[in-house]
Amino acid sequence: MAVVETRDLTKVFKEGQLGAVNNVSLETREGEFLVFLGPSGSGKTTLLRMIAGLETPTSGDILIGGRVVNDLSPRDRRIAMVFQSYALYPHLSVYKNIAFPLKAQNVKKELHKEKVEWAASLLGIGALLDRKPRELSGGERQRVALARAIVREPAVFLLDEPLSNLDAKLRASAREELERFHRRVGTTSIYVTHDQVEAMAMGDRIMVLNKGVVHQLGTPTDVYDNPADTFVATFLGSPPMNLVELGDVIVGFRPEHFRPASTSTGDCVPFRFKVENKEYLGSEWIVSGALVGGKFEGRKIFSRLASAQDLRLGDTCNFVVPQRELKFFDRITEKRTEPRGLSWQ
Amino acid sequence: MAHGISQRIRGKVVKVLVLATFTILLAFPFYWMLITSFKQNVDLYTMENNPFVFNAKPTLDHVRFLFTQTRFVRWLGNTAFVGVFVVAITLMLAVPAAYSLARLSGRWGERLGIGIFLTYLVPPTLLFIPLSRVVAYFGLQDTLWALILVYPTFTVPFSIWLLMGFFKSIPKELEDAAMVDGLTRFGAFIKLVIPISVSGILTVVIFTFTLVTQEFVYALTFISSESNQMIGTGIPIFLVRGDVYYWGALMAACLIASLPIAFMYNLFLDRFIAGFTVGAVK
Amino acid sequence: MAVARSKIKSIGAAQSPLLGAAMFSPAVLYILLLVAGPFFLAIFYAFSDARIGNPEMHYVGLENFRSILQSPSFRVAIRNSLIFTICSQIVVIIGANILAISLENTFRGRGLIRFLILLPWVAPIALGAIGWKWILDSIYSVITWVLVAAHIYKPFSAPMWLGEPRLAIASVLLVHSWRMMPFSTVILLAGRTAIPKDIPEAAAVDGAGFWRTQLQIVIPMMRPIISVAVLFGLIFTFTDMTVVYILTAGGPFDSTQTLPSLAFAMGIQGSDLAAGAAISLFLVPVLVIIAYFMLRVAHRAEVN
Repeated sequence: MAVVETRDLTKVFKEGQLGAVNNVSLETREGEFLVFLGPSGSGKTTLLRMIAGLETPTSGDILIGGRVVNDLSPRDRRIAMVFQSYALYPHLSVYKNIAFPLKAQNVKKELHKEKVEWAASLLGIGALLDRKPRELSGGERQRVALARAIVREPAVFLLDEPLSNLDAKLRASAREELERFHRRVGTTSIYVTHDQVEAMAMGDRIMVLNKGVVHQLGTPTDVYDNPADTFVATFLGSPPMNLVELGDVIVGFRPEHFRPASTSTGDCVPFRFKVENKEYLGSEWIVSGALVGGKFEGRKIFSRLASAQDLRLGDTCNFVVPQRELKFFDRITEKRTEPRGLSWQ
Repeated sequence: MAHGISQRIRGKVVKVLVLATFTILLAFPFYWMLITSFKQNVDLYTMENNPFVFNAKPTLDHVRFLFTQTRFVRWLGNTAFVGVFVVAITLMLAVPAAYSLARLSGRWGERLGIGIFLTYLVPPTLLFIPLSRVVAYFGLQDTLWALILVYPTFTVPFSIWLLMGFFKSIPKELEDAAMVDGLTRFGAFIKLVIPISVSGILTVVIFTFTLVTQEFVYALTFISSESNQMIGTGIPIFLVRGDVYYWGALMAACLIASLPIAFMYNLFLDRFIAGFTVGAVK
Repeated sequence: MAVARSKIKSIGAAQSPLLGAAMFSPAVLYILLLVAGPFFLAIFYAFSDARIGNPEMHYVGLENFRSILQSPSFRVAIRNSLIFTICSQIVVIIGANILAISLENTFRGRGLIRFLILLPWVAPIALGAIGWKWILDSIYSVITWVLVAAHIYKPFSAPMWLGEPRLAIASVLLVHSWRMMPFSTVILLAGRTAIPKDIPEAAAVDGAGFWRTQLQIVIPMMRPIISVAVLFGLIFTFTDMTVVYILTAGGPFDSTQTLPSLAFAMGIQGSDLAAGAAISLFLVPVLVIIAYFMLRVAHRAEVN
């Protein structure tokens, strides 16, 4: 039995307009870390808030632990939520912050200390219990938020972009802590983000959303290597997948598969490529330029290379893409179709 | 499963009840002023009549009486006269002061800000006795000039606060850019900051004016003759002949005097709150 | 850009202190002359035997204070000042919190409701008080009419709302609370909107119901704002003489006198400047205490 399930869930904010969430059906797997990924306005946060009980659905059902919870308030749903800003109570100490859910649910006072200390030790913040939130660093605040979430031993964690407010350096270590935390605790978690790197790194499965509609639900491998449509294909991966139109299909190939002819073997499709810009990122190069000749004259293409010293700006070179790395999409529906043989020139 | 919905409905009903109760309690006296202003005296002073309805035809007699047989119009004029001058003086004193306090960070600025704040806490009911002597000394008793002289004592501190918060929210870079372009700091103040601050200044104007109309103690102490009264004092004192209160005219006067202020106040309410909270707490 | 920066520094630094002083001096001077000056004058009068119309004035030491402290109306005035101020503030803070909670979310007609609710505060104090005087009139009071119509009282036997000492005190309390309620409500409302939306949501997810969220999370977070509203409310009520003057003129038999109204009654109406000044000086200790707390709130806010 899935911990969280939605059936045809829809949320319309303004009548007559497209819903923020449209007919989304999903089922979580036991103990998984499920990521809702999408650009802003895709409905991912609205979907999460409906599961939490902070928004009421326009139609459809939400089930938690097999029970329909549409009419239940958040407190009755056995969920815990970590907000983008962590929403720590500023006037309470860390101890009281963590104890608050216990107090609110009328857990016996004698049990508070034990449970708070258990949650605090799980996250390594035992020494911070007497501090106030404003005295804590960003990473410490995340840990307090997690402790407060877990102290009630909920059925599911809901996390709303908790890393977006951290600066880049902190984000990486905080992300790692979240992953370790999830492995340790094993509670089913739903995580909302617009950052596809986070999604790929953390998710057991990723649900890609845009304009309230689910485009694909799959493992990171599924969505990256087998995108269901051009939106998924270009949303994941940075720089995004290169797309060129050819007849009634759109052909896509990732920048890391677009390399100098000299480096590739096997069945490859050749291109002539004029180098216009090179960026050295330390660990790799991003080379951008235009295709030359044939049906793709002038199309802008990105390439990711381990080394590009030999490429000079303005050079036109021979680049190839391995045949098996090409993805084909129907030009009209933009959905994935069968590979075809095509004439390239 | 439906208890979530019924809970929400219950919440809404309670909210509506609470709002209705408070609104009625707070606004009732004004509704009462409205009704009383248009009721015939016969109706008003007959005890058996239901006071909530018009038992006789509504009348404009009281309003007519107010405007033709009393000095009401003159008091309105007096209040406007004092208001205009006090606003002018307040702006001239408070705008530069607020600007320099906003931009002068550091010990002096803070100390003066606190000093100004403390002045606001010295009430008219403490100063009115010595000030009455000061006014008499200058021969200004029973003139509107006494009020024009004294009113800025409470309009200026309040306005300095309001404006301080306002000026502080203007990014310093704007003035820096202006000075790089060749303006002096004072020039930047006149040509750049003041035009941007029009809404803040307008707020000060409105609130100074309302403070002037609401004031009672000084107006009562310094002015004695009927023709020099302000609205706030003339109505309660001179619409009474001997022991007889002309309630109809009184209520009409109260209403006419209160409503325009209420409208203006509402328009600028958010600024007023910002002034109190940011100004006091900053 | 470095050149520009140093140019600013030389212009700004050289001009700022002098310009700054020139800009705030008029205001400071004015306040010193018309606030500080009279304040010390009041102290001076309190130790003299000044009277209106009498050019002579002598130093009398603590004589004024001694005679005031012995006067019964003074003791009543102190008692009333404290009662009116504290009791009305309690009523106001509770009422304002409830109102602010109800007004938090937008709804149709909210603007109109806000306008109506603000009326007691924006109307000139004297006019609002006069309105109440008519409502509480000993013969024609609408309250009396309603009570008689409901057969709670027989005609002509209803209490005199402003004529009996206990009821008069209650009436003054009522009008003070009525006047201050909008002020506090509006300030508390601003404080509420400053609370980030996800805090009450987190409390809801944590399992807190409506009242727990309000009492344990939201209202404690509003402590600075509540303090500001209460402290200002205390000042405005404590130093007000208008409500008493209009409603009861201090009566019946001086039972509703407050320090400010008594100061006016003796100092201006009674021409005894010295006594009036001495009485009004008793406002100062309370104001100092309130000022101290205000500064503490301001200081705490800066620290955070």
